[in-house]
Amino acid sequence: MNVIANNKWIGQRTIRPDGVDKVTGRAGYAADTTMPGMIWGKILRSPHPHARIRGINTAKAEALPGVKAVVTARDIVDFPVDKSVMLGIQDMRWMCRNVMAREKALFPGHPVAAVAATSEAIAARACELIEVDYEVLPWSIEIDDAILPDAPILHDFIKFEGKPSNIAGRMEIKKGEIAEGFKQAEVVVERSFATRPVHQGYIEPHACLVSVAADNKTTIWSSSQGQFMVRAMTAHLSGIPQSDIRAIPAEIGGGFGGKTIVYLEPLATLLAKKSGRPVKMVMTREEVMRSTGPTSGSKSTVKIGAKKDGTIVAAQGTFYLQAGGLPGSPIRGAVGCSFSPYDIPNVLSVGFDVVSNRSKVAAYRAPGAPIGAYAVECVLDELAEALKMDPLELRLKNAARQGTKAAHGPVFPRIGYVETLQAAKAHPHYTAPLGKYQGRGVASGFWFNAGGESSAQVNITEDGNVVVTTGHPDIGGSRAAIANICAELLGIDYRRVSVLIGDTATVGFSNLTGGSRVLFASAMVVTQSTEKIIATLRERAAKIWEIDPEAVKWENGAAHPASPNAGQFEPLTLAQLAEKAPQMGGPIGAGVQLNTEGAEGGFGTHICDVEVDVELGIVRVIRYTAVQDVGRAIHPSYVEGQMQGGVAQGIGWALNEEYIYNRDGKVDNPGFLDYRMPVCSDLPMLDTVMVEVPNPKHPQGVKGVGEVPLVPVMAAVANAIHNALGKRFYSLPMSPPKVLQVLEGKG
Amino acid sequence: MAKLHVSTTINGEPMEFLCEPSDTMLDALRGPLALTGSKEGCASGDCGACSITLDDRLVCSCLMLAVESEGREIRTIEGMAHGDKLHPLQQKFLEVAALQCGICTPGMLVASDALLRQNPRPSEEEVRFWLAGNLCRCTGYDKIVRAVLETAAETREQGTRESRQ
Ligand code: FES
Ligand code: FES
Repeated sequence: MNVIANNKWIGQRTIRPDGVDKVTGRAGYAADTTMPGMIWGKILRSPHPHARIRGINTAKAEALPGVKAVVTARDIVDFPVDKSVMLGIQDMRWMCRNVMAREKALFPGHPVAAVAATSEAIAARACELIEVDYEVLPWSIEIDDAILPDAPILHDFIKFEGKPSNIAGRMEIKKGEIAEGFKQAEVVVERSFATRPVHQGYIEPHACLVSVAADNKTTIWSSSQGQFMVRAMTAHLSGIPQSDIRAIPAEIGGGFGGKTIVYLEPLATLLAKKSGRPVKMVMTREEVMRSTGPTSGSKSTVKIGAKKDGTIVAAQGTFYLQAGGLPGSPIRGAVGCSFSPYDIPNVLSVGFDVVSNRSKVAAYRAPGAPIGAYAVECVLDELAEALKMDPLELRLKNAARQGTKAAHGPVFPRIGYVETLQAAKAHPHYTAPLGKYQGRGVASGFWFNAGGESSAQVNITEDGNVVVTTGHPDIGGSRAAIANICAELLGIDYRRVSVLIGDTATVGFSNLTGGSRVLFASAMVVTQSTEKIIATLRERAAKIWEIDPEAVKWENGAAHPASPNAGQFEPLTLAQLAEKAPQMGGPIGAGVQLNTEGAEGGFGTHICDVEVDVELGIVRVIRYTAVQDVGRAIHPSYVEGQMQGGVAQGIGWALNEEYIYNRDGKVDNPGFLDYRMPVCSDLPMLDTVMVEVPNPKHPQGVKGVGEVPLVPVMAAVANAIHNALGKRFYSLPMSPPKVLQVLEGKG
Repeated sequence: MAKLHVSTTINGEPMEFLCEPSDTMLDALRGPLALTGSKEGCASGDCGACSITLDDRLVCSCLMLAVESEGREIRTIEGMAHGDKLHPLQQKFLEVAALQCGICTPGMLVASDALLRQNPRPSEEEVRFWLAGNLCRCTGYDKIVRAVLETAAETREQGTRESRQ
């Protein structure tokens, strides 16, 4: 391990390199971008939850003055359903059908055609002129309906146990002998839970601007969590080779997983190609709510058995997750993460991927894990109660440690879960007095974290400053952390390091900003690039001094003789060496591309206090403390920010957020007024405790931090409500009508 | 339909622009005026990303018609810094990391500034209720509230110091 001691910049709350642009309104987001000759694209969307598309007539739309191009599924490369083509985690069979309905419209809001015109208004009018011949089909929205034996089948190619079904997939993890395990149990708690789909809720709607030249050279500016993903998906769906596409990452106004796929870019590309004009597309909030994201709704059953002394001997989970109209719900996260914080000898965890007539789900912060943790951590709370044990004590007793074989397979290296439990227990919050109708709950959570492909280029400018280019869109402050690391290694002021996000033509392949992988991976490639540069700088100083490079050390931003017997020389600073570069071997720069490995899972333990208004059924979170093993906080403010943001989203998921459907199978609350995300006055200050157990496989000890914070929240809130009222909720959201029902004994 | 001609003042500068009668102020700012600092998150008055002031009153520019700015004074995020000197709120937002993706930030800053102008001594609760019209999905609001409270405290302190001198 090469974790630097006595850091000057790592761990400092430096000002982010992109900050001034953002606070002055100058930062360029996708919807802020324009081009000469630009026209506007709009999408016609299905009004039906489920309908066969028998034909589309676009003649009238094409004849409307101002309309420059119309595209339908015919213009998009087809990926037949019988052969899977994977691009990263996305299956192109579903991608090509999600971007534009092919055989069938699968949810209200499913695109069926797109138009480009000289104004947004004309494009919208043209959409209304497109005639679609629909054969309306019966539909189902909820899991319970979709898995009934006589449910309307969405896709004839999906078979489960040999029969046509809406269950598109099953995944299982197993450890020990589950039946034997439960035989040893003295106390068993088994409960069923339900959660609703919730939207990632980024404030910036999806947007892009695409220009396609006559020779196919294509430039895409868009809001996404990965410019390389945008390039690859657009290439596959448009038939334009990847080498002809340059995807430029605009600043991104939030994603949380919801911008790890494409919706607009392939359509804008096809419209731009057909029309010969640059095409801009921006979704409305309503389109975002109806047609993108959300994460799955779920049904689950969790059963945990323990001995009287609190030793957990067996645990079983069954998780049904909604995929939306096309397969692909995050069952891996639910099945794989739920029991991972614990050392349990016998585990069986099974997940089912269920399609129904909703928009296709997209990743949302630790996809699947919060759903699993909600059920498991509520059951643990009941178990602690049955055993008359402190809930943190129960977790401590069964906590996964170094050497524990996790339910999902790996043997844990040095992990920090126990530390989070101990820190939570020792926190004054845990023993603070509570008032009437107030309650306290705790819960823990785990996320795998990830490594993967990353590229960086580090260049020294002629005036001796540094430009770092990485390939990952910065969604929560990663540029600031990278500046800290590079300045630390070079021994210079962090303000001399500027950090840019490269486009697909200027930096090597880099995988998505997602999975809590960005700083883990980019810190590695930036570190290696910077180390190469330091080696060059030492060589150059050695040449000037006519000594051996080994006799030169790099310290405080300058080359020094490594020891008194290397000779007596005045230090050569970065600026001096940069100035001499033309005479001394030319430009100084280095690039590194890696498939990074060694990401370690992250753990968090949360304490939540609520107060229930028993008249109105309103639950208020009045105090919240999130404890997390963050590996190493390279920029503590942005680590805390990730924790606080995740908690706020979890509180929304727990208390208010849900899609409400009307009788026609359409979302009835597709706006921020009725889809109620937490606002400032809904929340208290959110306390954070960063436990730092460095990742031994990372040069700076980094572990991913972005996703863990959402995982325990729903259970922490639910457990707190139980503590306040003595009543339990088994479904989310715990919104006022539901709370009142339970208070009145009807729940 | 013929476009309408509007004369207004934006960030202290006299401005003229053409718009459709149905265009919102946000459309005008982001379109003909090329002031894209104000963002569109919802177009329905629920997210505050488009916050501006109209004659010193905080409004959602997506809920106001562009023609209503005729003869009035508009302020946007672009008018908040003085030359290369950031407004104390902007500086504080940077120092305490009160932004992550930054899409809500212009609206948050305009709204916070409007609050501090009329109430230089807000309580945490007052800040929270005032900013309840500005959604942020990234930060959990904690650092934003801190930034506003700290700026208020420092501005007061500075005011006292200056008046003592
Ligand atoms: S865009 Fe105006 S309030 Fe959301
Ligand atoms: S910083 Fe992203 S929405 Fe506020």
